[in-house]
Amino acid sequence: MAATKTKETTKQETTERIVNDFSMTIGTMNGSGSQTSNLTLLRALFKMGIPVSGKNLFPSNIQGLPTWYTIRVSKDGYLARRNTHEIVVAMNVDTFVEDLQKVVPGGAFYYGDHLKFDIDRDDIAIYSFPAKQFAKESGAPAALRDYVANMAYVGVLATMLGIEMDKIKQALDFHFKGKEKPIKLNMDVIEAAAAWAAENLESQDPYRVERMDETKEYIMADGNTAAALGAIYGGVQFASWYPITPASSLAESLTAQIGPLRDDPESDEKTYAIIQAEDELAAIGMAIGAGWSGLRAMTSTSGPGISLMTEFAGLAYYAEIPVVIWDVQRVGPSTGLPTRTSQGDILSTHFLGHGDTQNVMLIPGSAQECFEFGWKAFDIAERLQTPVFVMSDLDLGMNQWMSKPFEFPDVPMDRGKILWEEDMKDLKERWGRYRDVDGDGIPYRTAPGNKNPQSAWFARGTGHNEFAKYSEDSDMWEENMQRLSRKYESAHSLMPAPVLEQGKNAEIGIISFGSTDVAILEARDLLEQDGQGTDYLRLRAVPFTKEVKKFIEDHEVSYVVEMNRDGQMYKLLQLEYPELTAKLKSLTKHDGLPLNARWVSSAIIESEAK
Amino acid sequence: MSENVKTNGKPSNIKLNEIGLSKNDYRGQPTTLCAGCGHNSIANQIIAAAYELDIVPEDVIKLSGIGCSSKSPAYFLSRSFGFNSLHGRMPSVATGASFGDRRLKTIAVSGDGDTTNIGMGQFKHIIRRNVPMVYIIENNGVYGLTKGQFSATAERGLTLKYQGANPYMPVDVVEEAMASRATFVARSFAGDASQVKALIKAALSHNGLAVLDIISPCVTFNNGDDARHSYGWGREHNEPLHDFSFVPREEEIQVQDFTEGETRTVTLHDGGQIVLRKIEKDYDPTDRVSALRIMEQAYTDEVMLTGLIYIEPERPSLHDVYKLPLELPLNRMTEKELRPSKASIKEVNAAMF
Ligand SMILES: Cc1ncc(C[n+]2csc(CCOP(=O)(O)OP(=O)(O)O)c2C)c(N)n1
Ligand code: SF4
Ligand SMILES: [Mg+2]
Repeated sequence: MAATKTKETTKQETTERIVNDFSMTIGTMNGSGSQTSNLTLLRALFKMGIPVSGKNLFPSNIQGLPTWYTIRVSKDGYLARRNTHEIVVAMNVDTFVEDLQKVVPGGAFYYGDHLKFDIDRDDIAIYSFPAKQFAKESGAPAALRDYVANMAYVGVLATMLGIEMDKIKQALDFHFKGKEKPIKLNMDVIEAAAAWAAENLESQDPYRVERMDETKEYIMADGNTAAALGAIYGGVQFASWYPITPASSLAESLTAQIGPLRDDPESDEKTYAIIQAEDELAAIGMAIGAGWSGLRAMTSTSGPGISLMTEFAGLAYYAEIPVVIWDVQRVGPSTGLPTRTSQGDILSTHFLGHGDTQNVMLIPGSAQECFEFGWKAFDIAERLQTPVFVMSDLDLGMNQWMSKPFEFPDVPMDRGKILWEEDMKDLKERWGRYRDVDGDGIPYRTAPGNKNPQSAWFARGTGHNEFAKYSEDSDMWEENMQRLSRKYESAHSLMPAPVLEQGKNAEIGIISFGSTDVAILEARDLLEQDGQGTDYLRLRAVPFTKEVKKFIEDHEVSYVVEMNRDGQMYKLLQLEYPELTAKLKSLTKHDGLPLNARWVSSAIIESEAK
Repeated sequence: MSENVKTNGKPSNIKLNEIGLSKNDYRGQPTTLCAGCGHNSIANQIIAAAYELDIVPEDVIKLSGIGCSSKSPAYFLSRSFGFNSLHGRMPSVATGASFGDRRLKTIAVSGDGDTTNIGMGQFKHIIRRNVPMVYIIENNGVYGLTKGQFSATAERGLTLKYQGANPYMPVDVVEEAMASRATFVARSFAGDASQVKALIKAALSHNGLAVLDIISPCVTFNNGDDARHSYGWGREHNEPLHDFSFVPREEEIQVQDFTEGETRTVTLHDGGQIVLRKIEKDYDPTDRVSALRIMEQAYTDEVMLTGLIYIEPERPSLHDVYKLPLELPLNRMTEKELRPSKASIKEVNAAMF
């Protein structure tokens, strides 16, 4: 094989090695099968015990547009996306020039030698490799050749960085579910490329990986799969959905996972149904019908679907129907950046409906919490008899995360105040669907099929009295709306409390939520290195629990950090605590990318300096 | 039906059905619709059908969209669970609701605006899914509740007080249902009480979606004698396809009622039988092509063709497709059936990589 450009570079062998601490970005073409290669790298590193995270930056397109995958390797356990790229692998002719410029000085640039460009940088290590050749020589059928070509960079990187071959094999095993043929096909290419690299490339950059012992306690999962599994453990019985990125994989994962966990091997009958609806209106309509009929019902969507569900959300809020709605947020308004991440639906979802509505929202901050809220949301929805929105996002939902293992629910299912025949036998007074018997604003409900002749009630969006009978009485309307307000008060005690992390010499507070968590945790360390201690409160639900107020009160200033333009959570906090407004400052980033720790720390330092 | 049996302390002169209920047990709240509104007659026939079929009211769920027509579930079967949902969205709510306990019967009421304007999409899709339920469209060619605008079923040229003349072609509910391959399609006229009742009874026995397009005049906004949805036009132009009757599973067909060669029977999933007595021509409602042809002919001839237009009794319903349990309904399942074992979580985590 011909000598490569490596030999032409003038760099000397670097003495200082940088181990397990870099970001690596791989530029490929959408639809070229690179996802398998990227996940293989990520998983192999994870199995080597090194903390890693992987983020897919992809276009809204099936084939042909550029896509990047960033893997962060961090011995210190930082999982947020970084803006710097120590290693870049270029496989896409369209982004070659741009990708070359991305590499930090002293970094490494790998590219397939089918890309013919002049290299105008001498401050980085340059490696080229015959990506197409391995695929050709592998004997792969012509149709698959382009796909396996991407395995070449896995092999090259394995040699150059020190990724263990048996871990790569393990990753492929998992990916192809043990199917020998594709595993061998891909492994052959990887091994050939690795051997070629050992033979022909000489390392000229400092970046290496080495085995650690930091991932034993973790699993790798995406938030959508975790949510689906959580819902299964929550006893989901009815799920209706309409395809939309980044929510589709939640329902698809539910479809794939539920059978083995819930089917009775002795019987053909099912305990659940999953329906792909004709649109989001129908999806939520079905889920609400199912919730009304006594089932644990859910739907999953993203912003555009949420807006279509508006009228139904108002109905469910007012008629008091339990239903769980997952909003895997993406960038809007409109189609916006459909494959980028955002926390932009906070305000609209909280008030989704018409007239006065206040919706309960749960906000998971990790894959493990997606699982937990997956089941908990049903308990809360049935206890409160109201729609419960779970606010995830694209980054959390679709990317692979190191996560604590999922935990079996620590409490039995809470079906809330539902009455069946047995329960109605000894009722002292006449049952009324909307009577506030317990003073918590939460009435008792019954479900179709209940044979007690008193049990039937008529659900409607129109004004009704305590017995669910049609009424346009003004006082009655007001009273009922006030009761719904009381019910919302009762919701506070059911909300997962925020997570508080205290820092050394902390004067300022940070309030954040959802997938920003990893960036905030890292930013706090950066700030501490700069002598700025912080306390951190991660919100996990709206309505806010009392800890939130206390946190704001206890700090001179609290920065509310979120991924939207207008500071939506900041505004909700202001609405809830008008007297504390002066203590809140809004920090927002809305570029569609997962939050970056350096941006957070700089923004806070800058603001503090003022 | 047994008569004059004294049960539950009810006076002996009240007629009771086989399960000991009087017709009052099937009524609803007093109607608030206009006197003479076709929707009221249909509600009465639902009451009569359920009473005569000895249906336990608690074994029915009733749903609707929004409109005068959609109000009517409040006026029948007050002992049944009900859901007056959103304009045009009843089909989705009914689909989900029907999963709670598959043993229950679902009766849904909609209007022509509710179904063919705002709700056309959901109408077509619920047909595709063959949800087992009775779907009644109370079709008056106008929006009653919002005071007399054209609906999509209004004929071209129809002139209304505040609207002028309708410039558009009408949608035909039956043809739409046929095009979506509904398994039970019928048209009737609110002025023909006995046919309405018999069709409702048969629809309640059908294991699938039964579309009943019932021309139901709006006496307030669209009852001019020339209007296609008026009483006058209906009386003049109603042409029954056949003399339609329904015999529930428990009862035997009285053969002497029918002359041989003059009748056709269709057996439904639950054993109930539809008996069709020939009027002029023999008509086979299991033949899709004939159904489409007679609809086209009726359009050309400007007649209101009524009766059972098409039936396909054997297609599996949505509940069959989803393998819903027959004994323990979904909504009575508990943690025992619904939460995987504690032990299983280990495997789930192990499978995650
Ligand atoms: C989303 C929405 N848009 C508009 C309305 C107003 N609206 C109420 S009933 C109705 C039309 C009902 O017509 P139809 O279904 O034919 O029923 P009818 O009153 O004629 O029986 C309309 C437009 C509404 N309730 N909801
Ligand atoms: S307005 Fe028309 S449809 Fe409405 S109740 Fe009166 S007659 Fe019936
Ligand atoms: Mg109408």
